[in-house]
Amino acid sequence: MTRMKGFSRFSSAQVLRFWFTGCTRAPEHRSNQRTLFLTLLACVVLSLAAGAQVTSDRLLRAAEEPHNWITYSGGYASQRHSLLTQITPGNVKNLELKWILPNQVFGAWQSTPLVVDGMMYLTQRPNDVLAVDAKTGRVFWQYRYVVSPDARVCCGANNRGVAILGDTLYMGTLDAHLVAIDRTTGRSLWDVPVGDPKLGYSITMSPLIVKDKVLVGSGGGEYGVRGFIAAFDARTGKEVWRFHTIPGPGEKGHETWSGDSWKTGGGSVWVTPSYDPALNLTYWGVGNPGPDFNARQRAGDNLYTDSVVALDPDTGTLKWHFQFSPNDPYDYDSVQIGVLADITWRGTPTKTILWANRNGFFYVLDRTNGRFLSGSAFVKVNWASGLDEKGRPIPTPQPPGQPTWPGVQGGTNWYSPSFSPRTGLLYVSAWEGYASVYRGEASEYVPGRNFLGGSATPFTGVTGAPGVRVGRATPINSWTDAAGNGAVIAIDPQTGQKKWTFKQYDVTDSGILTTATDLLFSGGREGYFYALDARTGVELWKASLGGQIANGPMTYAVDGKQYVSVISGNSLVTFALRD
Amino acid sequence: MLLRFSLLTAVSACVLLAVVAPTRAQVLNQDHPGQYSQEDIAAGSRVYTAQCNQCHGRDGDQVSGIDLRRGLFRRSQSDEDLAQTITRGTPGGMPPFTLEAADLSGIIAFIRAGFDTSASVRVGDAARGRDVFEGKGECATCHRVAGRGPRAAPDLSDIGVARAAAVLERSVRDPSSALLPINRPVRIVTRDGRTIRGRRLNEDTHTVQLIDDRERLVSIVKKDVQSFDVATESLMPAYAATLTDGEIADVVAYLLTLREQ
Repeated sequence: MTRMKGFSRFSSAQVLRFWFTGCTRAPEHRSNQRTLFLTLLACVVLSLAAGAQVTSDRLLRAAEEPHNWITYSGGYASQRHSLLTQITPGNVKNLELKWILPNQVFGAWQSTPLVVDGMMYLTQRPNDVLAVDAKTGRVFWQYRYVVSPDARVCCGANNRGVAILGDTLYMGTLDAHLVAIDRTTGRSLWDVPVGDPKLGYSITMSPLIVKDKVLVGSGGGEYGVRGFIAAFDARTGKEVWRFHTIPGPGEKGHETWSGDSWKTGGGSVWVTPSYDPALNLTYWGVGNPGPDFNARQRAGDNLYTDSVVALDPDTGTLKWHFQFSPNDPYDYDSVQIGVLADITWRGTPTKTILWANRNGFFYVLDRTNGRFLSGSAFVKVNWASGLDEKGRPIPTPQPPGQPTWPGVQGGTNWYSPSFSPRTGLLYVSAWEGYASVYRGEASEYVPGRNFLGGSATPFTGVTGAPGVRVGRATPINSWTDAAGNGAVIAIDPQTGQKKWTFKQYDVTDSGILTTATDLLFSGGREGYFYALDARTGVELWKASLGGQIANGPMTYAVDGKQYVSVISGNSLVTFALRD
Repeated sequence: MLLRFSLLTAVSACVLLAVVAPTRAQVLNQDHPGQYSQEDIAAGSRVYTAQCNQCHGRDGDQVSGIDLRRGLFRRSQSDEDLAQTITRGTPGGMPPFTLEAADLSGIIAFIRAGFDTSASVRVGDAARGRDVFEGKGECATCHRVAGRGPRAAPDLSDIGVARAAAVLERSVRDPSSALLPINRPVRIVTRDGRTIRGRRLNEDTHTVQLIDDRERLVSIVKKDVQSFDVATESLMPAYAATLTDGEIADVVAYLLTLREQ
């Protein structure tokens, strides 16, 4: 490699000629330069035409380009199942570190990167976007969004990623803006306010693109917000529709709220929904009611909190809903990702949505109409004795001071599950044997302040013993598995039973990835990154990355090489097979 | 380097300009009353050293969120705003200063000149400057502003924040003299025979990331490179030869209004 210091020995015209050696004639004058412009016009237009825009059509057929990862969950069905086959159970032991990208900001890093034709786009705290060479981990540009000091977030400055359409990236912000960013320059194209951050509204989810719209939901379930989902014109940022997750006066479902409790009823939305293009329905998990722990303050079922709502993405019209936890006092947000799976159910091909819920039950629903097909507990549950024939829980509230299973972080939470059409199994990161002691109390709503209505304390069985916390603050695990443990579980939707369990000592916030070679990738708070056999749960490979894994691992390929990326602590780590 | 000239992108800009409406004018009440004389700037430099240096620092960036040399202020936009801040102070922050009128205008001239006492910056009319930018100067055929225009040359959407008037003027008159090293045109020939021309965005020992003249982001591993040439001369024409002093002053005024954050 040679490097010239400069072209100082050349004249300007010579420099230009050098730059365009493909041209037959170098421009000597400006008029000639204009001629050159025209000469070059055709090739530029051609190159623009050949540009690989991410059209809505490509989003529909994301599975057909497994070398890319172009939506948050790897496709509209949210299966996080890749068709790449280079890494296999036989060679996974040969994975080696290819590159690491450190985040400069501390805290759980929950972003899932997108990869489009060798270019990776990911967010880092608080609301930065990075364009990264997916092969080398080197950064092209960094977009920095300055978050308003008005922003209030209950649980950290989280952001789970960008969405892409055309040549534009879309990101929600902690102060509840939606921003469009040019994917070549990293400059913002538009920036629209979506909610009032002073009242606790925020956006932490990766947006969902459907056709020509950008769909987002609002966070803020611990601040007495009235949650909503809204759609914006991808080109202009103009709002097209808004669906309130808490029905207002005159709307169906409003009667499930006592008095004015609907005004501060919560129902936040902070995880990317699934989408069925054939049914033209989006499936949104809705968060907890407010105040979190004092259900007496909001008598009624509190629709549509702790529910899945099926919305028409063109209009925002509610087509059906299913509520998992009516009048919930346990903070059992239903923000999990409902995984779309076409399976044979009791002999009939059925369009289902599979849902392992924070409340400890696993559900199979008919996604055409929301009908309950089956449900069973996948972790220890004592807040309900079971589900009735319509899927409604039979409540068994525990006496004051006694533990409730699952605890406040749930049997699972927002961690992305995976479904493998090859094994027919749903894979879930679960918290087993984990409970909380709940205390509800009257709570006054003060705009922008926490609106919790009590508390939830991790149950340890021994007074004063450390219990499982929201995140890991130290490298030392002082709470032990007496307070609960993490696991990757494989659920057979046909039976609701676990096919296998891969037990971890500490709990896990990691998402799950499966591949067409029956590999499963996941991690946990201990900082191990695992490859398991998706059929048996046997550990095939692991890397000790140190930092907690709190995102969904994903895979892609560039120049014929398959990569697997995961975030551990403050580092995005990328592996591939040894060269 | 601010205004770089890339022929290929100029071409695509021709296409874009034909269909794109005029750029969004986000004129932030900038008030540059014409000319800052060299005498004013020099006088301002002396006053600055005596009165302002202690808090704002030699480079004008010692107070958090403020970079006087680069024109980044907390509140002020216009010269009048600056004068008001200096003479009245800020609540709980800067104390008020009592200055002779000449000293006050000197300080403002010094700040607007980017602390460059050798400069004599003339700031014209922003609306006329935009006309020159998009018309006679053909600046918009290479540079992007507020989401419109080609991408290969540096985006100027916030150049009014990033650069002071004096630096802008120098960049327009004689681009090569103000060309930032990272923006130097590069030409890479890879071992497999590809030629990539563009501008670097990031570089390390083993790799380089650039935007090429077809507006594509390209990452190159250096072991795959046959030759890697970096030019010190800008591809942008020196407008000292083709624009009048008045037109250059107008363009500078327009650039100072580009403050998108």
